[in-house]
Formats: sequence, C-alpha cells, structure tokens
Amino acid sequence: MTNPFSIWVYLSATPLLWLALTLVAWIAADAIARACGRHPLVNPVLIAIVMVGGVLVATGTPYQTYFEGAQFVHFLLGPATVAIAVPLVRHLTLVRANIVPMIVALLAGAVTAVVSVVAVAAAFGVPREILVSLAPKSVTAGIAMAITESMGGRPALTAVLVIATGIMGAVIVTPLMNALKITDYAARGFAVGLTSHGIGTARAFAVDEIAGTFAGIAMGLNGVATSLIVPLLLRWL
Amino acid sequence: MIRALALLLTCQLAGETLTRALGLAVPGPVIGLGLLAVLAVVHARIAGAEISAIEKTDLGVTASALLGSLGLLFVPAGVGIVQQLPLIGAYALPIFVALLVSTVLTLIVTVYVFIFVKRAITWGAPPVDGGS
Repeated sequence: MTNPFSIWVYLSATPLLWLALTLVAWIAADAIARACGRHPLVNPVLIAIVMVGGVLVATGTPYQTYFEGAQFVHFLLGPATVAIAVPLVRHLTLVRANIVPMIVALLAGAVTAVVSVVAVAAAFGVPREILVSLAPKSVTAGIAMAITESMGGRPALTAVLVIATGIMGAVIVTPLMNALKITDYAARGFAVGLTSHGIGTARAFAVDEIAGTFAGIAMGLNGVATSLIVPLLLRWL
Repeated sequence: MIRALALLLTCQLAGETLTRALGLAVPGPVIGLGLLAVLAVVHARIAGAEISAIEKTDLGVTASALLGSLGLLFVPAGVGIVQQLPLIGAYALPIFVALLVSTVLTLIVTVYVFIFVKRAITWGAPPVDGGS
C-alpha cells in the first residue's frame, strides 16, 4: 500500500485533481442555488469560488498549480462568448427593434460605470494606481486587464475587481429591478450585462432567455465602449 | 457536438485574427460572435429554413449547454481572489463601497435610459412583440 501522502503529492501536481475539483464544486454550488429556488442572494459562482478557494488555502496549494488544471474550464469563456450568437439570431427581430435604446443606454451606462467607481474611490483617498485598476471593472476580465495594463494599473487586481463587480451585479439585479417594477426583460438583461459582464449574463440566462441574450450583447458592446472611454476619462485624473 | 465546437472555435480564431490584424479595440470572441450570427442568418436564408430552427441543430444544443453553465467558466479566474486579497489590503472597504455604489448606479442608469429611449421612439407606434 502506497503512503497516502505520496498519492496526494502526485495528484496535487496534476491538472486532473484541480479540474475535477472545479467541476464538482460547481455542481454542488449549482445544486445549492437550485435548492434555494435560484434566489439572487445564493449566487453559485460565489459559492463555488469560496469552496475551491477554501481548499487551496487549507492545502497551501499555489494558485498557479490550481490554474494549470482549471485553465481548461477558463478557456471555454471564449467559445461561450461566440455561442451567444445562437440566442442572438433566435431573437433577431427583438434585437433589431431595440437597436436605438441599446446604443443610447450603452453610452450612458458605460460612462456611469467608469466615472462613478473612480469618483467614489477617489473621494475615499484611494491611490491612483488602484483607481486605474478599478476603472474598467464592468467589462469582461480579458478586456479589463488589457485596459488596466495600458493605463499603468495592476491587471491582477483588476481581475479580482471584475469578478467582484460581476457577482455584486448578479446578486443585486433581480431584487433591484423588481423593486423598481421593471418588467422589460430586454432592458433588465441589457443593464446587468453592461454592469456585470459574463457573471451578470449567466444570472440573466438563469432568469430569462431574452434577458440573457440582451445581457450577452451588452457585455460585448461595453467591452468595446469601455476600452474607448477609460483612456479619455483618465486624462483628467 | 464536435462539429459545433469546431465552428465556435473557428469563429473565435477568425475573430482573434481580425482584431489583431486590424488593431481593433473589440475583443476577438465578440467579433467571432458577430461572424457566427452572420453565418447562421446566411445559412438559414440559403437553406430556406426558419431561423428559430437553429435551436434544434447541433450548434444550438452545444450553445445552450455552454450558456447554461456560463457561471462555471468564471470560477477559475474568481478563485484568484484568494491569492490577491493582500493587494487590496487597507483599501478593502473604500473599494467595496465604490464597487457597490457604481454597480447599483450603472444598473439604474442603463435600465432607465433603455426604457425611456424605447418609449420615446415607439410612442404612438404599435408595440413590438415580446421583451416587455
């Protein structure tokens, strides 16, 4: 019988263990969310992150080791973004009918997202380097990190702030929109996709397919809008 | 499923190539999304099929499987929070407040601008089906 510790040493260094852990944690987190009737406060992304993060901290496993396994899941973000073409095409008539509201809401929302976060943080005396890293927090991680890098911020910090914004928006959107009595699922989806990129889009798809479609479009458009807006606005910083 | 994955990856690859070659601000997968949407519409026109039939194709099934578990795909990047908490350090509270205020404000501004513009342009016109 091999020493169990040596089995752990072997497994913890392979991608297999960390890939399996990520999938199992997600299945458990999603089951919890479903058991709670998809209550907005029970966010499966947050639960899975806490579970996996807890295992890494408890076992002293470096994030790089974990990511070697988890990168296979991370990689699917690209094809999943492309796949939003399917619901987009299915609801093409509705998307066409909403082109003008989408463009105006995109401009208003993108500027609000950047200006409000920088203004509030600056009022608290947060240093410039962190302000720059905060500015693109509403767009999907890959784009946000590229923006931060070109502006002299910290891309690694931006990645964290992006995920945090994503979870916040996904948790807040349903109770907020219900409280405001907004029943237009195209508008609700567009708002959460613009504010909270893919995590908001994941929440929107869990609520309503039309909301999910508009969230996906907003995520894509805001990636473009924010990469143009941040360099302009940060000139005044 | 393999054909659908190949199609998704090829569109992404074409998108990444275009965005790098032309130096665009648009991310590669978003260009890929646009390419796939155009391909799907053109394909449906040529085949004379209803565009809604896309749901039952291999691509439709694969896309809804991917989008049905979209949250899972953010877990690996999100776990990075554990490693980077010390970076946020003393500014954790101001950062949290700034993110929260900005998230609520962005949601409200976006949703109201969307609804008001939609109302303004469809005023007097017959309502568009669905969406509300």
